[in-house]
Amino acid sequence: MQSSTATASFESPPIDTVGVEERVARLCSRSIKKDAKLQALHLTLSMIDLTTLEGADSEGKVRQLCAKALQLHAALPDLPHVAAVCVYPALVGVAKRTLKGSGINVASVATSFPAGQAPVEIKLLEVRRAVEAGADEVDMVISRGRFLAGDFAYTADEIASVKEACGDAHLKVILETGELGTLDAVRRASDLAMRSGADFIKTSTGKIKPAATMPVVLVMLEAIRDHYLRTGEKIGMKPAGGISTAKDAIRHLVMVRETLGQDWLDPDLYRFGASSLANDVLRQIVKQGSGIYQSFDDFSM
Amino acid sequence: MSERRPAAASHRLPVLKTHKVYVGGKFPRSESGRFDRTLAPDGTPIANICRCSRKDVRDAVTAARAAQAGWAARTAYNRGQVLYRIAEMLEGRSGQFGALLAAGGATPDEAAAEVQAATDRLLHYAGWTDKFQQVFSSVNPVATSHFNFSILEPMGVVGVLAPESPLLGLVSSIAPAIAGGNTTVVLVTGSQPLPATTFGEVLNSSDVPGGVVNILTGRRDEMLAPLAAHRDVDALLLCSPDPDVARSAEIEAVHNLKRVAVRPHEDWTDVQSPYEITDLQEVKTTWHPIGS
Repeated sequence: MQSSTATASFESPPIDTVGVEERVARLCSRSIKKDAKLQALHLTLSMIDLTTLEGADSEGKVRQLCAKALQLHAALPDLPHVAAVCVYPALVGVAKRTLKGSGINVASVATSFPAGQAPVEIKLLEVRRAVEAGADEVDMVISRGRFLAGDFAYTADEIASVKEACGDAHLKVILETGELGTLDAVRRASDLAMRSGADFIKTSTGKIKPAATMPVVLVMLEAIRDHYLRTGEKIGMKPAGGISTAKDAIRHLVMVRETLGQDWLDPDLYRFGASSLANDVLRQIVKQGSGIYQSFDDFSM
Repeated sequence: MSERRPAAASHRLPVLKTHKVYVGGKFPRSESGRFDRTLAPDGTPIANICRCSRKDVRDAVTAARAAQAGWAARTAYNRGQVLYRIAEMLEGRSGQFGALLAAGGATPDEAAAEVQAATDRLLHYAGWTDKFQQVFSSVNPVATSHFNFSILEPMGVVGVLAPESPLLGLVSSIAPAIAGGNTTVVLVTGSQPLPATTFGEVLNSSDVPGGVVNILTGRRDEMLAPLAAHRDVDALLLCSPDPDVARSAEIEAVHNLKRVAVRPHEDWTDVQSPYEITDLQEVKTTWHPIGS
């Protein structure tokens, strides 16, 4: 583990909020149609982390979600499969068994999701249990309270110890940008997470609004770009929460392509955390083929 | 030379109204940015109105779908109150509607009579909202030991091709649909769209939840086919005397087996009956086991 002061003592560049918003507005005005749109929709599907994170989640609910991941829409045989199914640690086992042999990863949130307000030993235990149960990816939350209080060393240490506990599992670090307040804090947290061992940085838990807004995502993408230019290391990005339409997803893909380049248009480096996005994408794919506007009633839950 | 003068009253620039569409309780322009010019019978331009596209149809259906469950969940009595409120607001604007109809070619007497008839029509359906269920539901005699009954439920989202009759016909097609708990997407494609866009303002100030009635203006050949084919629309009410229009829409409607009701009337004076409501209702029959 790196020493915390070394990890936490660096400067993040200041963020020009107005400039970010202007850049986002310009990127959002791109028009993606016909074949390019269809390609983007397929790519979006392959990047989705199909997610259920409710108190009411049961084994049945998770099996149903996995069934959806295995067969998105029976009428469209040539669809890519989603990247992963994302559940609570207690349900990793059932997800892993249901998805066995499919190539779809199981992601688990951990570290006392979504608040992260628990003793660090308990968080680490939760991570280990999730990985033992078969989680391929772990989505941790940072301690926003400590981070906002300026205790960057603590935040960095915590991320580094969770990374250690993950073993071979990929670590996604949730910044919960809706609680960070400013884009400067988002940039700072992104830099901190990447220097402390994150494989992915992720915007939000989905429990707090605003979640994955375009300006926040752009700032995180620029942090990833600068980290890549500095170290040569490719860190992944996962916007989560509030992306529910195919149109939003395509706008994100445009932004990724323009900020990080073609390499990041890949499920290994870019994910969407979403529960309702998949059906809207499927609706648009069927619409592209038939020319007829579709109803949500025709797609499984 | 450049001395300032106060503008004379006779040189005042006229403030012309922009007639926008009514979707989801808001008044947007068409997403396409296009517009058509409405002309008076003598050829003078009166106003610019939105020329909506299929994407406006799509957005209106989304708004109608979002509003449908909440509207159907209102008590029938409350729906009656809301319809009555529309009539009140229409009555309060009778002068404005009279002027719009007169600008479209009606005599002042005809215009006043049509506004009155439209107001009365709303009252008629306001009265029926909490009564048609009693009249048309039934307890059915069956040979087995079941309690068997049929009730009416709203179809859901109803697409309406509004008739040429600019106010009475419009009201007569919308009122029975919403009285029964449906939400509507109304395509106004006739030669006099201004009463319809103004009726949107009446609806917006009458306790009608946003999305229950959505009014789009534009051309029939651009909007009807996407609406008729849309899989999230449950029924069509086609108010056109042209059998080819109804036929082509019925062909598009076959994808999700929409119910299609055709109203070929040109004179809407007498088109008023509870069957106008039940034509846009689904019958649900329940077999409830009982001891023999």
